[in-house]
Amino acid sequence: MSTSELTHDMQKTLLKGARWQWPEILFWLALASLYLLFPSKLSLLSEILILGLLALSIDLVLGFAGVVTLGQGAFFGLGAYTAALMGKWGMGTAPLSDPLIGLVCAALVSGLVGFATSFLVLRGSDLTRLMVTLGVALMIEELANKLKWLTGGSDGLQGVLIAPILGNWDFDIFGKVSFVYCYVVVFVMFVIARQFMKAPFGLSLQAIKGNALRARAIGLPVNERLVMVYTIAAMMAGVAGALLAQTTQFASLDMVAFHRSADGLLILIFGGAGYLYGGLIGAFVFRVMQDVLGNITPQYWQFWLGIVLLLLVLFVRGGLLGLLRNMRDRYAPNLMGPPSSSGSA
Amino acid sequence: MSIVLETKNLSKAFGGLKATDNVSFQLQAGARHALIGPNGAGKTTFVNLLSGVLQASSGSIFLDGQDITKWSVRRRAISGLARTFQINQLFVDLTPLQTLMIAIAERESSGGHLLRPVGSRADHVEESVELLTRLGLSDVMTQRVGSLPYGRQRLLEIAVALAARPRVLLLDEPAAGVPESERGQILDVVDALPKDVALVLIEHDMDLVFRFAKSISVLVNGALFMEGTPSQIANDPRVRQVYLGEEAIAHV
Repeated sequence: MSTSELTHDMQKTLLKGARWQWPEILFWLALASLYLLFPSKLSLLSEILILGLLALSIDLVLGFAGVVTLGQGAFFGLGAYTAALMGKWGMGTAPLSDPLIGLVCAALVSGLVGFATSFLVLRGSDLTRLMVTLGVALMIEELANKLKWLTGGSDGLQGVLIAPILGNWDFDIFGKVSFVYCYVVVFVMFVIARQFMKAPFGLSLQAIKGNALRARAIGLPVNERLVMVYTIAAMMAGVAGALLAQTTQFASLDMVAFHRSADGLLILIFGGAGYLYGGLIGAFVFRVMQDVLGNITPQYWQFWLGIVLLLLVLFVRGGLLGLLRNMRDRYAPNLMGPPSSSGSA
Repeated sequence: MSIVLETKNLSKAFGGLKATDNVSFQLQAGARHALIGPNGAGKTTFVNLLSGVLQASSGSIFLDGQDITKWSVRRRAISGLARTFQINQLFVDLTPLQTLMIAIAERESSGGHLLRPVGSRADHVEESVELLTRLGLSDVMTQRVGSLPYGRQRLLEIAVALAARPRVLLLDEPAAGVPESERGQILDVVDALPKDVALVLIEHDMDLVFRFAKSISVLVNGALFMEGTPSQIANDPRVRQVYLGEEAIAHV
């Protein structure tokens, strides 16, 4: 084969990963169809989308750049409080109570704090990073508790009023508008994340995760890229938090609590890190399991959740999506071309 | 001939141990230079100092007359100083093609681009394919790096370094650990490296050293013991004493 033919082939191979594949399109259609299939479960579905977005933000940092974090919940909470406070101060009228403006401001606040704290995670081992991100998150959580005049402290933030979306669609008590709103926002965030990760930026993050020493030796600005992805992920987590605050018209310490970070991480590992879809799929399975197991054994559902998690982590690298990929590689290797090399955490 | 790389009184101490001891060294443009020495002579430490992985305790390093002693690994890399590693440092979960796409994008300062997908630059793909073909890796371009035989990974080490279009290339034992059957390919690749790149070869393998080098430095206990042409080094009784076995000399 001549070099030009080979080049053409290789370009096609590279670009193939960036094109939307039919399973992806099916996935988003299936997600949308839940609106019609489970009209009584819309608030649960909205919550799944929001958790999925939080886990997606962790995926960018952990699944792609390989930075272990337990602090993403803090950015989620910051976004939630930002959106809730704006809703409260605007008293239900635009511009302050406008949901889209609220989302943008939540992203900016979370992104700013993410940027400022990103420099702390540049150095050190996984353990250091885990502790640093956890430490920052605990500080933010405690701040939310102490600034009672602003956040309402442990009582939560009451009186949050959100204006209709684009001045037209008001949030209804059945959660119909909420679900559509969450779906559209999460989808847009996903498209942005996907674009970034399929671009040279995303590949360079995988290089950093793979071998930071080599990355530096080829002139890759490792720290700059990590600051960037950490900031982007903080913004996404902020948007997720804002969605929760706006759709529930409430913000509380629970939204900025440590367990958000832990849940997000757990959901991502569950679904599979480094695939982009792991967060959403993990969130779905996690919440549905919580619901189903919770009905069977209300007090012990976490026990069964723990067992499933252990089995996944011990026997399948890469979560549920890793399991799917292994099965595909074994039984239908030509179904979707060569196995992607995006790897797993 | 101009000097591309130079060290002046370069030293590195780990506690009481002087791993690099007052080394003053010059490298001509386009040189084929070998750095040899017994185990523990400080060869890899010296390379780590040159490439910035380690910071010097004292002395200075110049690249094209510019003092780079305090520069980061990355800044040295984008200024034309590339290296390979004695132990493979590759992106094992990526493919050789992706690896070179990253290296080329960073060279062209487009590695942080957010929107256009990897592969949209046909010229980058073409360059990657050409380089991989030149190094005999065209059949494994889309395989996972971690799944490649060791010898092919060693070749990829060299390919990644070349993708930066360096003026100085430090090869840290390129044939280390490569099975006999795959060594020939590595030697051929080293022979065929671009003539305008100044090469420093750190090697234990005397076959490779005497086949390739036009000049040789001998390091002993971190200090420069002797410099000369391959025949000078091979015939020097002192070098023979500290380092070379009779067997190795027989090849010259």
